[in-house]
Amino acid sequence: MSTVTSSPASSVASRLRAVSPRLAIPAGSTIGPIVAFLLACAFFTTQSSQFLSGGNLALVIQQVMVVGTLAIGQTLIILTAGIDLSCGAIMAFGGIVMAKLAVDTGMPPLLAIAAGITVCASFGLINGLLVTRVSLPPFIVTLGMLNVAFALTHIYSDEQTISGLPSELTALGNTFPLGRTDVTYGSVLMLVLFAVFAYILGQTAWGKHVYAVGNAPEAARLTGIPVRRRLLAVYTIAGAVYGIAALLLIARTGVGDPKAGQTDNLDSITAVVLGGTSLFGGRGLVIGTLIGALLVGVIRNGLQLMGVPSIYQILITGILVILAVTVDQLSRKRSQR
Amino acid sequence: MNQKPAADEKQSATQEAGTNEETGLVQPVMKARGLVQRYGPVTALDGCDFDLLPGEVLAVIGDNGAGKSSLIKALTGAARPDEGQIWLDGKEVHFKSPLDARRQGIETVYQNLAVAPALDIASNLYLGREKRRKGVLGTVFRMLDKPAMKTASARHMAELNIGLQSMGGAVENLSGGQRQGVAVARAAAWASHVVIMDEPTAALGVKESAQVLELIGKVRERGLPVVLISHNMPHVFEIADRIHIQRLGRRAGVVKPSDHTMSDVVAIMTGAVQI
Ligand SMILES: Nc1ncnc2c1ncn2[C@@H]1O[C@H](COP(=O)(O)OP(=O)(O)OP(=O)(O)O)[C@@H](O)[C@H]1O
Ligand SMILES: [Mg+2]
Repeated sequence: MSTVTSSPASSVASRLRAVSPRLAIPAGSTIGPIVAFLLACAFFTTQSSQFLSGGNLALVIQQVMVVGTLAIGQTLIILTAGIDLSCGAIMAFGGIVMAKLAVDTGMPPLLAIAAGITVCASFGLINGLLVTRVSLPPFIVTLGMLNVAFALTHIYSDEQTISGLPSELTALGNTFPLGRTDVTYGSVLMLVLFAVFAYILGQTAWGKHVYAVGNAPEAARLTGIPVRRRLLAVYTIAGAVYGIAALLLIARTGVGDPKAGQTDNLDSITAVVLGGTSLFGGRGLVIGTLIGALLVGVIRNGLQLMGVPSIYQILITGILVILAVTVDQLSRKRSQR
Repeated sequence: MNQKPAADEKQSATQEAGTNEETGLVQPVMKARGLVQRYGPVTALDGCDFDLLPGEVLAVIGDNGAGKSSLIKALTGAARPDEGQIWLDGKEVHFKSPLDARRQGIETVYQNLAVAPALDIASNLYLGREKRRKGVLGTVFRMLDKPAMKTASARHMAELNIGLQSMGGAVENLSGGQRQGVAVARAAAWASHVVIMDEPTAALGVKESAQVLELIGKVRERGLPVVLISHNMPHVFEIADRIHIQRLGRRAGVVKPSDHTMSDVVAIMTGAVQI
């Protein structure tokens, strides 16, 4: 975990250094999200004595684990200047596939999980093929795929919630004690995934290529980066990550629910945007996405503790999203002198 | 992937000046005949020929839209010509991508498309050829050797006298000239065969232009031939050994700066005189 904790910190430091002489926040910076997150935490700490307890923070992480995991895949795609509207629907279908195979066909649970993740990765692959081979805009491709996956979920499940799942499918919902706090395995898995992708994006050549493809596709092509192959991999890997999110979803709810995850596509985009990643591609950090997801979680949780109606949480999140994309646009314009 | 920039290896890439049996002339390092490149209704190259001799600086000049950049793209695999043949050291080549050309030691600074602005200098210099750590970190975990890349990049930039305060920031925070310097430095660092620059001094001031010209001289001293596209006649006459004049998608002629005046060359370029 040491690489994980040091990489965002050091990149933040280097970004701070880059910013200070120009007194401008560069596009894709994680400073804003961190400040917003700390401010939110400070505010809720003054408002509720329960907020800053281990149990409550573990709850926040558990509440964001599904959207947070989806948002990892979403980050990869947005870094390439794409967008994925189909992530929640793909996850829902993957979850139904896992549940149905394990319960109805009696397939060994681990095999059912693998099958579900493979199905999700295949959806991602198809998205990627349509984007790279047919040159369709990601927005349209994934809008279509959203409907396809949504319909397939309802057809395949026959609109029925699947219960009586084998324990392997819900194991990630179990907890273990950490100090005096109970932490779910699923929360840990999400954090590990963030660490893995922070490493891949920040420390490997493949990660550099993802940034280059999103930032300057033609320059990337001319330097010899296989742009289409990188894009295809990004969409496929994102699909596989949605498959893992499907498993977390099942673990949290304990059932296979065809109606699950219907707004999660927008929630995942919210997390990415709040995390400071640029919708124009090529700038941002996956750790920012984690902070973005936690920010949404903290606001929801804090307002709940204060007894504020939940509709205000949506209002505040909406305002923050608009603020975040405004900062993104302004800082991008400034850097395009 | 773990190669070093050619300049690191101090390799002398001097070309063996082999002779062409048929003509008895020096064999060109790069040669093209009858290149045709169409973009929809536009014919950018209309049967264009090209010859680059060992160790020379060849300037390519021509009006806007004459097909200079199209010629470079066809020669370096960035675009695939509709017709025509290309030879490298006498062997016919069919580059399918810019990577194929780079693998042959041909480095190109493309007009306006040189760098990824959001990435830092070291990432740009090593883009597509990143250096990995030694041992398990590199082989299993694929970890980039960022310190080594940064140190080597700083050295390359210093060699070119491109004054930079820091190597860490994104390239977009540099001035236009410094940005161009990064692209030129990358080409010079990696080339082991041919260097091609499409208007490298277009965005540069007097001092920076002079540095790029000096750099071209250094590359020639290493024995590498250089193709320089430029609209700046004094530069061309200062540095070029031969001048390829491009007009309406074809080679209108090749002249030596010593044999012709600037106004002769302009006359050929505009079609007022034919040779
Ligand atoms: N990708 C493209 N799509 C369509 N047309 C193109 C493309 N690239 C070049 N052309 C056309 O081909 C012709 C030659 O263009 P090219 O860029 O090779 O000219 P050039 O000699 O490099 O000009 P300049 O001095 O302005 O750089 C022009 O008419 C241009 O409009
Ligand atoms: Mg041009």
